[in-house]
Amino acid sequence: MTESSVRILRSGDRALVAEFGNQIEPAINDRVHALEIRIRESCVPGVTELVPTFRSLLICYDPAVTEYERIKATVRQLAQNLDALQENEGRTLLIPCCYGSHFGPDLKDMEQHTGLSRDEIIAIHSGTDYRVYMLGFLPGFVYLGGLDERIAMPRLSTPRVRIPKGSVGIGGSQTGVYPLDSPGGWRLIGSTPVNFYDPEREEPVLCRAGDTIRFYPITSAEYYDIHRMSAQGTWTLEIRMK
Amino acid sequence: MAIRVIHPGALTTVQDLGRFGYQAFGMPCSGVMDPQAYRAANYLVGNESGEAVLECTLFGGIYQFEKDAVCALTGADMLPTLDGTAVPMYRPFPVSRGQTLMLGTAVSGCRTTLAVAGGIDVPVVMGSRSTNLKCALGGYSGRALQAGDVLPVGASKIFCKDISAAPDSSVAAIACSGSENLTDVSDRTVEAPEYSEDLNIRVILGPQDDYFTEKGLDTFFSGIYTVSQESDRMGCRLSGPAIESKNGTDIISDAIVFGSIQVTPAGLPIILLADRQTTGGYAKIATVCSDDLPKLAQARPGYRIHFEDIT
Repeated sequence: MTESSVRILRSGDRALVAEFGNQIEPAINDRVHALEIRIRESCVPGVTELVPTFRSLLICYDPAVTEYERIKATVRQLAQNLDALQENEGRTLLIPCCYGSHFGPDLKDMEQHTGLSRDEIIAIHSGTDYRVYMLGFLPGFVYLGGLDERIAMPRLSTPRVRIPKGSVGIGGSQTGVYPLDSPGGWRLIGSTPVNFYDPEREEPVLCRAGDTIRFYPITSAEYYDIHRMSAQGTWTLEIRMK
Repeated sequence: MAIRVIHPGALTTVQDLGRFGYQAFGMPCSGVMDPQAYRAANYLVGNESGEAVLECTLFGGIYQFEKDAVCALTGADMLPTLDGTAVPMYRPFPVSRGQTLMLGTAVSGCRTTLAVAGGIDVPVVMGSRSTNLKCALGGYSGRALQAGDVLPVGASKIFCKDISAAPDSSVAAIACSGSENLTDVSDRTVEAPEYSEDLNIRVILGPQDDYFTEKGLDTFFSGIYTVSQESDRMGCRLSGPAIESKNGTDIISDAIVFGSIQVTPAGLPIILLADRQTTGGYAKIATVCSDDLPKLAQARPGYRIHFEDIT
């Protein structure tokens, strides 16, 4: 692709958007992350913050240091030949998940809705690599792509008032993890003892856009073990590099 | 420990300029709604490195000082009194230990900044002292102030004469006593802005202005929009003529800035403010220019907005 496929859009007098298309697609999302890394590594003067999303990158700047036309030209230049780059660091985070019972109160309804057995749903959900397209909605909330359509299910018609932190759910054709107690309308199929968001931690948020997540099933005993060891700092999340 | 909350007002939170650098992780910025009032207040009390302040909403509350301090109030005038005597807006004033500062109901505007020399010294969380109410993070225990809370105040080397006292009396209050090289802020003033019920808000088109028809854009710039009751720190919701879009206003969720103007499926604008979520799924017709954000911070329900295109 050429630089002409990037659109630069204004977002006020302190930010602009580099947009790579209008689809949710891995190739487009790759370019967003590649541009983010390029801008960060180039230490572009005046850039204050970068926010990657599905198909675009928000670039915030300080108008006392730089100005729109200048930063637009720099971003256009950096957006060239992004496809040649393999800048995605390619982390895969292995996330333990205890499916069903009180951890996943909607798993029974999912069996009815999908016509699949509990074990089949778990095998499908944990047998897929999910791309972290972006984070948003809540700190640490990951927008994951790649859910198998066989286990897609509409959101609850009446959202729950409080969904416990760590809950793993399905909403439409998305799956994700609630990083903190929150209201929400997703179908809950399980829960992870892994802390996706902890403001006291050096890196408060576990995942970053561009990561891959894979769930693996654990028993409730393992859930509580991991939960306890995490609190003591004696449990380490397995991360595979590409 | 220095300020005891006797009454917290309608909604008072600890804020600084906001929590930056974590938006890519979904963490909202929060921070003061009115950065202009914030900067003025901190300047008046000699705070020069992003100290935290109190942001009061519509009705300010009652605060008792447990040690000497230098304060300044900016933003909406809530007819402040200190032990019953009026104190000025947009000027620093000394407060002696035991005195009570009372903030009433805003005469015009919506939000008042109370800065104290040394700053409100709550712990820094993820680089900021700002309160994020939704995530229960930062500020004072992650929440709005309540009666009985005691707020710590940082050290400062600020000196302020009592301008209300007779000229020959040498009354002075010192925020941090026993120290030489005090900075005298007594003569500092900042001109108070006037708040109108009819706001002209300058905007820059985009990023998704191409989602709207010519007619829709014309409606947006010619219509008068009224600030609705549902407005809060997250967003200013407006009622008025519906803006016509080409094919609806749903977009693939992307990032939001302070001042982004989303248009809902019903065609009504919402201006996203300090507590905005980091991303959203409605098309953004335009973005408020940063110099006009303070006006929006002071807009009360019922105020009227006209948008001016300065693209």
